Amino acid sequence: MERKKPVMWGRHITVRFGEGCDYCRTHTNLEKGRCPKCHTIWAVRDVDFQVYPGEILGIVGESGSGKSTLLKTLYFDQQATSGEAYLSLYHEGKENFLNVSSQQKRYLRNHMMGMVYQNPMLGLRMKLSSGANIAEKLIAAGGRDAGRMIDRSIELLHHVEIPTERLRDQPRVFSGGMQQRVQISKAIANTPPILLLDEVTTGLDLSVQAKVLDLIRSIQKELGIAMLIVSHDLAVIRMMSDRTMVMLGGRVVEEGLTDQILEDPLHEYTQTLVSSLL
Amino acid sequence: METIKRNDYNFAFLDEGSKREIRRAILHAIAIPGYQVPFGSRELPIGRGWGTGGIQLTMSLIGPNDTLKVIDQGNDDSVNAVSIKRLICSTTGVETTTDTAEANIIQSRHRIPEEPLREDQVLVLQVPTPEPLRSVDAHEAVTRQLHADAEYTGIWVNLFEQLLTRGSAFKGADHPVMADDRYVMNPSPIPRYDNPKLDHAQCLYLFGAGREKKIYAVPPYTKVESLAFDDHPFEQENMEGRKCRLCGAEHVYFDEIFDPETGERYYQCSDTGYCLKRQNEQKAEKEGLR
Ligand SMILES: Nc1ncnc2c1ncn2[C@@H]1O[C@H](COP(=O)(O)OP(=O)(O)OP(=O)(O)O)[C@@H](O)[C@H]1O
Ligand SMILES: [Mg+2]
Ligand SMILES: [Zn+2]
Repeated sequence: MERKKPVMWGRHITVRFGEGCDYCRTHTNLEKGRCPKCHTIWAVRDVDFQVYPGEILGIVGESGSGKSTLLKTLYFDQQATSGEAYLSLYHEGKENFLNVSSQQKRYLRNHMMGMVYQNPMLGLRMKLSSGANIAEKLIAAGGRDAGRMIDRSIELLHHVEIPTERLRDQPRVFSGGMQQRVQISKAIANTPPILLLDEVTTGLDLSVQAKVLDLIRSIQKELGIAMLIVSHDLAVIRMMSDRTMVMLGGRVVEEGLTDQILEDPLHEYTQTLVSSLL
Repeated sequence: METIKRNDYNFAFLDEGSKREIRRAILHAIAIPGYQVPFGSRELPIGRGWGTGGIQLTMSLIGPNDTLKVIDQGNDDSVNAVSIKRLICSTTGVETTTDTAEANIIQSRHRIPEEPLREDQVLVLQVPTPEPLRSVDAHEAVTRQLHADAEYTGIWVNLFEQLLTRGSAFKGADHPVMADDRYVMNPSPIPRYDNPKLDHAQCLYLFGAGREKKIYAVPPYTKVESLAFDDHPFEQENMEGRKCRLCGAEHVYFDEIFDPETGERYYQCSDTGYCLKRQNEQKAEKEGLR
């Protein structure tokens, strides 16, 4: 797997809230990523990663470790302070996509990526039908044939196991699990090469969690989409991801095959994480 | 009309500096069809929301030899139209007319006259909501960026939603148009029936929003396309089989009148000036025959 070219990769990605000072610029081991002198938060610090075709990369870490910020940066919801990120299908992986124009960013969001947020309010427009929510992605990618877009929305709802007669219903009347399904169908509407998923099952009932995770697994198998899955829950990561990155205080402290990390965690933090799972 | 004396005010009420600034904004708007140009909307002795954007455009363009027509939903005699006429006339002394063909400046709310306008005519439309993206995002900075990027997904999503949930992608009035293949704009709340009149027209269309402080324009011979999905082509309101009870006109935009006593439904030209002109012509013809 390692010999293949990644679908997406990042180099030295840093996201800082605050100006930083001489102290925190030189000390990378800040407690919770926060500078004790100037209170700058280094939410993501010098992060390298790569996601290979068809693979699920898990990102695990405690609350505030920078997982969401990293995903948001890749999806342009957050501006990176510095660093680079590439997509193999975007200018053959030769152009850092973090600093492109707003038009290019929209193009990348609509053709190259799908995002599923923990909070469905961020990913869905609650006062529009689920059909229109899905069609938004198709329209954004240039769709102007309403009939075809309706057909595609129905197909996608079916794919995520939502009764297709709910096409005209607003997601605000849906259960949490169903809302996540609508988000997923929207995210895969244009069959992007990579999906970003942020705590998709957090807050759902355990039985619902399992079903949503099964769905994600089956989509991944069927469509061969690469995924970046963020969770603070190592159980979810164990179930889903081929490889795992462990974040702490904005930095990646450990990375490897998920099984390996679970069996033989090297970093002290990972060890406590793994032992709490047992 | 007695209360305002022409000589007590500057010609056309606004001071010359303000008029010049508005004319500059108009030129800017003409240069970029459909683009909303901000302007410093002035206070007028008429409440905002009563056509103050249109009035300021008219005031800054009008000269002593112009002939003015003002209509409100096609009607020359509505309270709004009459009070606007009174303000403009008493501060300029210009002539007014109800005959579209005789006017060189026409200010209108909610309609474009039936008679095709010419190159020497300007139609000023009063605009309550100039921003077609306002329902997509409440923030001016965001909508400006979306226009700059020609990113109109949100508008299309709203039309799609309407089609999906109500069976039609068309809005009754103010159905958005694409001007010159570049900017999506609100045509002001004219019926869809009037939208095609914007396309490759001979006249200049100016749009003024007083409250929102925006001016935009459709210059003569500009391509203006009503938004529609490929498989649901744009449609006007169906006026087929209707006839004006006063002048017998067909294929115009009608007001529907319901007589609660007889239970009957009538149709009447919404453009009262057009209707009157036809009635007079018919009368003259009859008298000529006699
Ligand atoms: N817009 C912001 N302004 C200031 N600080 C922020 C902002 N967004 C995130 N942070 C801070 O950055 C750090 C990382 O936050 P982030 O949301 O990425 O963590 P997380 O790993 O996703 O946590 P959780 O598991 O709770 O979702 C936190 O200290 C957070 O308070
Ligand atoms: Mg998070
Ligand atoms: Zn510091």
